[in-house]
Amino acid sequence: MAHDSSHAETEHYHPSWKEYKWVALWLTLITVAEVWFYYIPAFVASSAFVPTLLVLSAVKFAVVVMFYMHLKYDHKLFRALFTGPLIIAVLTLLALLMLFSKFGGK
Amino acid sequence: MTVASAAATASGAHEAHEHTHYTTTGLDNRKIAIWAFIGSECMLFASLISTYLIYKGRSVVGPFPHTPWTNPATGQVMKPILNIPITSASTFTLLMSSLAMVLALAAVENKDKPLPPNAGLGDRMLASSKLWLWGTCLLRATFLGFQAYEFTSFVHEGLTIKTNLFGSTFFTLTGFHGAHVTAGVIWLGTLLAIDYKRGLGPKDALNVDIAALYWHFVDVVWIAIFTLLYLIPD
Repeated sequence: MAHDSSHAETEHYHPSWKEYKWVALWLTLITVAEVWFYYIPAFVASSAFVPTLLVLSAVKFAVVVMFYMHLKYDHKLFRALFTGPLIIAVLTLLALLMLFSKFGGK
Repeated sequence: MTVASAAATASGAHEAHEHTHYTTTGLDNRKIAIWAFIGSECMLFASLISTYLIYKGRSVVGPFPHTPWTNPATGQVMKPILNIPITSASTFTLLMSSLAMVLALAAVENKDKPLPPNAGLGDRMLASSKLWLWGTCLLRATFLGFQAYEFTSFVHEGLTIKTNLFGSTFFTLTGFHGAHVTAGVIWLGTLLAIDYKRGLGPKDALNVDIAALYWHFVDVVWIAIFTLLYLIPD
């Protein structure tokens, strides 16, 4: 039964109001930065623009999943149930983009 | 451990968690189900996003999302159709609704804990599940309002689901997302109705947690859509 109680402990830990407040602040700041970058023509024209936005978006995604969805504190089975399909989805997306950019024409 | 003592322990555990449905993993099967559902939703939205990205920049006629276009009927040069300030505001409401949702869950989980005698207005607000559930619903409804405004203005500017590849993929992707937001608002509305009828308490925390997981998933999908569709040009 120790197994069960350890589940209960890990499952029921949720961040405090202060942590949630900081998470919300960071999410807002990252969103503001993304929109700000969008309005800098020189940066939009540079090769760093798309990777920067993708990284910022991935950070926001991960922060929401870890803190708001509590996946950081939850059981590893939940992590597997989410990250497994997510990895398949991302790989499928990349494979389709590669296939269509190579064979799809313009 | 004998069979009898194991049964007694299981019975005690069952009484302690009368509303939970534990499996051999020791986890509630409803929570396993929602995570499996969210996993399948990842693949649904990945297919919609893939379709959008594959057809990105391949529209033959306007309106275009990021570049000016000439209206063939009037010969007038039109601005790019996407309205980034409006969408940024709607994204902000979505992010704040997720904050309100986690606070609603925390309020439900801590309903049994008495407030300290010197509790201020902030403490009383944090302990009110109704306040945060209302806040979450209203913020999401605001997001839907922004989306309705965006769709209407696009149709007025000549972009429908049949106009070009951008219109088809844009309305399909954001329409599916909007339908998920609508489902979330209805789901949360039922929780709010229960809270008014008999009050939500710690025994309902798992039900609220499951609704919150769905809620946040819809949020993370929008995080991807906002960047890939609105901010990254063709």
